Amino acid sequence: MSLISHCGGLQENSVHDLEKDEVSTGTTIVAATYDGGVIVGADSRTTTGSYIANRVTDKLTKVCDNIFCCRSGSAADTQAITDIVSYYMDLSSIQMGEPPLVRAAATIFRNLIYENRHQLTAGIIVAGWDKKFGGQVYAVNVSGTIVQQNISIGGSGSSYLYGYMDSQYKDGMTQEECENLVLNAISLAIKRDGSSGGVVRLGVLNHTGSIQRKLFLGDQLPKFYDNVLVKPQGDISGGDTTMA
Amino acid sequence: MEMKQHNWIPGNFKSVPDIGRSAQNDSVQHGWTPITTTTSVLGVVFDNGVALAADTLTSYGSMACFQNNPRILTVNKNIIVAASGEYSDFQFIRDAVEEKVRTEISLNDGISMKPKALYTWLSRVLYNRRTKMKPLWSTFLVAGIQNDEPFLGQIDKLGTAFVDEQIACGYGAYLALPLLRKGIEEKREKSNSKLTKEEAVDLLKKCMEVLYYRDARSHDKYQIGVVTKDSVEVLDLALKPTWEVAKLVQGYE
Amino acid sequence: MSSIGTGYDLSASQFSPDGRVFQVEYAFKAVENSGTAIALRGSDGVVFAVEKLVTSKLHEDGTGKRLFSIENHIGMAVGGLMADASAILDIARGEARSFRQSYNVPISLKYLNERLSMYIHAHTLYSAIRPFGCAIIIGSYDSTDGPQMYMIDPAGVSFGYFGCAIGKAKQTAKTEIEKLSLKTMTCKELIKEAAKIIYMVHDELKDKQFELELSWVGKHTDGKYEEVSKEVYEDALKYAKASLDDDSGSDGE
Repeated sequence: MSLISHCGGLQENSVHDLEKDEVSTGTTIVAATYDGGVIVGADSRTTTGSYIANRVTDKLTKVCDNIFCCRSGSAADTQAITDIVSYYMDLSSIQMGEPPLVRAAATIFRNLIYENRHQLTAGIIVAGWDKKFGGQVYAVNVSGTIVQQNISIGGSGSSYLYGYMDSQYKDGMTQEECENLVLNAISLAIKRDGSSGGVVRLGVLNHTGSIQRKLFLGDQLPKFYDNVLVKPQGDISGGDTTMA
Repeated sequence: MEMKQHNWIPGNFKSVPDIGRSAQNDSVQHGWTPITTTTSVLGVVFDNGVALAADTLTSYGSMACFQNNPRILTVNKNIIVAASGEYSDFQFIRDAVEEKVRTEISLNDGISMKPKALYTWLSRVLYNRRTKMKPLWSTFLVAGIQNDEPFLGQIDKLGTAFVDEQIACGYGAYLALPLLRKGIEEKREKSNSKLTKEEAVDLLKKCMEVLYYRDARSHDKYQIGVVTKDSVEVLDLALKPTWEVAKLVQGYE
Repeated sequence: MSSIGTGYDLSASQFSPDGRVFQVEYAFKAVENSGTAIALRGSDGVVFAVEKLVTSKLHEDGTGKRLFSIENHIGMAVGGLMADASAILDIARGEARSFRQSYNVPISLKYLNERLSMYIHAHTLYSAIRPFGCAIIIGSYDSTDGPQMYMIDPAGVSFGYFGCAIGKAKQTAKTEIEKLSLKTMTCKELIKEAAKIIYMVHDELKDKQFELELSWVGKHTDGKYEEVSKEVYEDALKYAKASLDDDSGSDGE
């Protein structure tokens, strides 16, 4: 057995190895609309079982200049789908003579996922900006459900973020407020989700028509409450006073 | 030949879903399961129309994932449809129905679909899909006016279809259907007549409240769709639950 | 016609020595024989008007319409062979449907025009098929793109227009259209002018009976293509007839 198989745990059947050890983007991904555009954000950890296959992954994937997506689920599946959508969007921008609509890209994602949902494991957030509808975020689920949202979170880390996002996100945020929110969210998820980690990558998409990237290194992320017990000043029993 | 273990459930983010994949296996699996689900739909016929009720929650396992997903569809001036089950399958059917309606409008011949036609069409689509072992994991309630009479029918994922004056699916079949029947029966005993529109809507509101208390996949925001001979409307509503009973409870005995 | 008997007019896939394709030119003739159809693009939408010649008193009222809806937001006026136009209408509706299925947005008129032009042009290239004996005008309104209009001729050539006319009296109609300040006029003003032009160019001596068809798409219809209401139709008709009487009075020598 390969090193990677060991890291993924013992396997009983080699056929199953193929699926269970599949490189998956255990991930934290976020996309949020602000007043004038969208922010996309992601961590940078790619895992195979519990082995970190890549610690500086770029999970903000370009579909075309004005549309990006955040992928979660199987890396192979989501890359293949994104490549197809990217091809369609390139074609569309030639045929239509203008940058593609975010809605169009999201619909192609949803059609591909919905029609092949039993062979695929792909949850994708499509975000971007177009002249007709402005900044938009669409969540396309593993089951092929498509939902337009103001803010969408995805990947394994997102389960730690729902409450935070519900409490912090507001309609009509400024770009700076929104960037901070997304950065904080991913940093928080990185702290709690073993499958998320590394750096935070942000992307801003707006009327400029192309992405503006921002990088926050792993040791420069915002800090939050640590839950460390402070030892009492007075010596009670002369020994260790913590309950650990 | 061994069956694959399914240890994944929706909402468990730690591992990724594996929905009935069979390509590499000797055995073919038909275990389709819904992922993004919606709960009960209620429907009741009243004196000159039909009302449907459904909340706006789409769950992902036990997680209340999308909280503003409407699932009552206004088809035309004559029909409303509501769905329960897999939300992506509802979206698929919705897109197909909207396309049918667009085509109908384009033809501009003054003919529009009637509820029985849609009900029959849906039953054929769902039955065909289950026959291909690829069911659309949904239950649909079709409501409308057919030849000046209210029409209410249900089709489930197997293509089983029936018509009735009060229908509820999912948890609603256990918790709300008896209440609907009781409400209708009481009105009949009292004045030997059918419910009025207002009474039907109030009855549905009461049922939605009961479901909210006892169905863990329900939600406090919901819609009621009402179709009568001369109107069709979908109301956005929010429950006003009472929790006063909590004050009477202390301890567990 | 100089082409007759030369043998160069038997196929759409053969040029004449002086570089013409007679089959395509004959197709233009088919359009020129049909009743006039015009479309005007104003500041807030597009209006269509057709002089539908009634060839027999035995025909039912309102049959053989020449104004069609391709999609919710796109209308089409045709001139020439109606059966050929129906075939194009089918293709156009198919294009609009498949576009919506792929992208979940309504097709843009610019793109539909390109697709239809290509399709019509493709029928001028081969010996085995006959060119379409019709010209079409398509128009739409969209809140971001505003009003748009294109005309495609039997050769598959198309241009965007502010006002255009096809059929018997296209020259006279165009002269009349050029007198209007289209860019600043609204649909409500234009519909009357359109009706007037159709009445004006109608040749009572050659074609006795005709029906006026009116439709529009614009801001005031919420971007939906539709036949004008009865009131608007009657108003436009009254205006057309009244201004016609005025003209004939002053022209009398």
